[in-house]
Amino acid sequence: MHGYFGPYAVVGALLALGVVIVCGALLVNRLLRPNRPTPEKLATYECGVDPVGEGWAQSQVRYYVFTYLYVVFAVDAVFVFPWATVFADPGFGTATLAEMFVFLGFVALGVLYAWRKRVLAWA
Amino acid sequence: MAEVLEAALRLVLVVAAFLVLPLIAGQAEHKVMAHMQSRLGPMYAGGFHGWAQLIADGVKFAQKEDVIPAAADRRVFALAPAVALVPYLLVMVVIPVAPGLVGVDLDAGLFFALAVMGVGVLGSIMAGWSSGNKYSLMGGMRSAAQLMAYELPLVLAASSVAMAAGTLSLPDIVGAWQWWWLPWQAIGAVVFFVAGLAELRRPPFDMPIADSEIIMGPMTEYTGMRFALFMLAEYAGIIVLCALTTVLFLGGWHGPLLPGVVWTLLKTALLVFVVIWVRVSYPRLREDQLQRLAWIALVPLALFQLALTGVVRVLLAP
Repeated sequence: MHGYFGPYAVVGALLALGVVIVCGALLVNRLLRPNRPTPEKLATYECGVDPVGEGWAQSQVRYYVFTYLYVVFAVDAVFVFPWATVFADPGFGTATLAEMFVFLGFVALGVLYAWRKRVLAWA
Repeated sequence: MAEVLEAALRLVLVVAAFLVLPLIAGQAEHKVMAHMQSRLGPMYAGGFHGWAQLIADGVKFAQKEDVIPAAADRRVFALAPAVALVPYLLVMVVIPVAPGLVGVDLDAGLFFALAVMGVGVLGSIMAGWSSGNKYSLMGGMRSAAQLMAYELPLVLAASSVAMAAGTLSLPDIVGAWQWWWLPWQAIGAVVFFVAGLAELRRPPFDMPIADSEIIMGPMTEYTGMRFALFMLAEYAGIIVLCALTTVLFLGGWHGPLLPGVVWTLLKTALLVFVVIWVRVSYPRLREDQLQRLAWIALVPLALFQLALTGVVRVLLAP
């Protein structure tokens, strides 16, 4: 319970409780349910007709540019949090505010660039 | 010893809230939707206002056969509901309902909440990929696409509050809250709530589930208790999102006359009502429309909110 990581022991205990809740629910289900599998029942559901081909069909990910953008900006956004707790402390004020506008400028410019390049569309 | 007992008591309360509040939200959704859309079904079971419907659903889920399709990746398929559900339980532990009444006061509580909430969507992607079903696969892909859209505005809007309060601890954020934060952080609040709706895959952002196009998306192949766990995850998610919005933007326990706990629960309940109201009022967006909304509206709005928060905070600094 002590030190910086002490409270996380409680979080760990709660995680264990969560696993117990899920396992308990599934156990109750196991005790109460019938179990009579048939090949028809285990077939893949495609609205009642026999499944065609495989479920893991080849498909095109049409939003991969968004994924790149997201990863870049999300990494940026993480750095905002430690900065947010101290930026207005005595002695920082104006300087950190200027830094913030530099940061926001970079991110906004990035979004604007992506938009002008017309990658903010479902390719 | 007393310390351990106190922590245990807090955990019991968190688990109780986790098991009860989502059911109340689900029951409220039945009834509110029934009234708004004149649905007869949810008003029948048990007589008065169909009070027994939820219990009947629970009994049905508990007795249903657990079917894992032959084509599925069994282990991932079986694990997915737990991955979808447990993160919301973990987030509940850092949400304060009254001064001193919180599971654990983590220094990085806000960061913890955002990080752990992000894990929940993995359950949906796992379910979609492991089912070996075309509808599920499309649903999983849409879930992943949605993640790209909502996560950034959600995080930026939340960090604006952290800047305003100068701390990441949720109880301290509520403690620092003043009434004039309502107009000051209004844009951030709207961005956070809308992005949160997209995270929960609730209408109008329910394209990963989209029952009229891809059956039930990632949950198509699920039955019985595993399906019920996914449903519980959805309603626990609603509670978590509304409680977080309350704590970050609506001042949590602050309010006249009534005790703090009541204020937190009232504000959360009001937001839950809004979530249900939005569901019956708006048609579903397309996945690319959500991307457009997120990158052209929500992200710039969140950045503007950050600038506004920074300027006001520094100007007001003593």
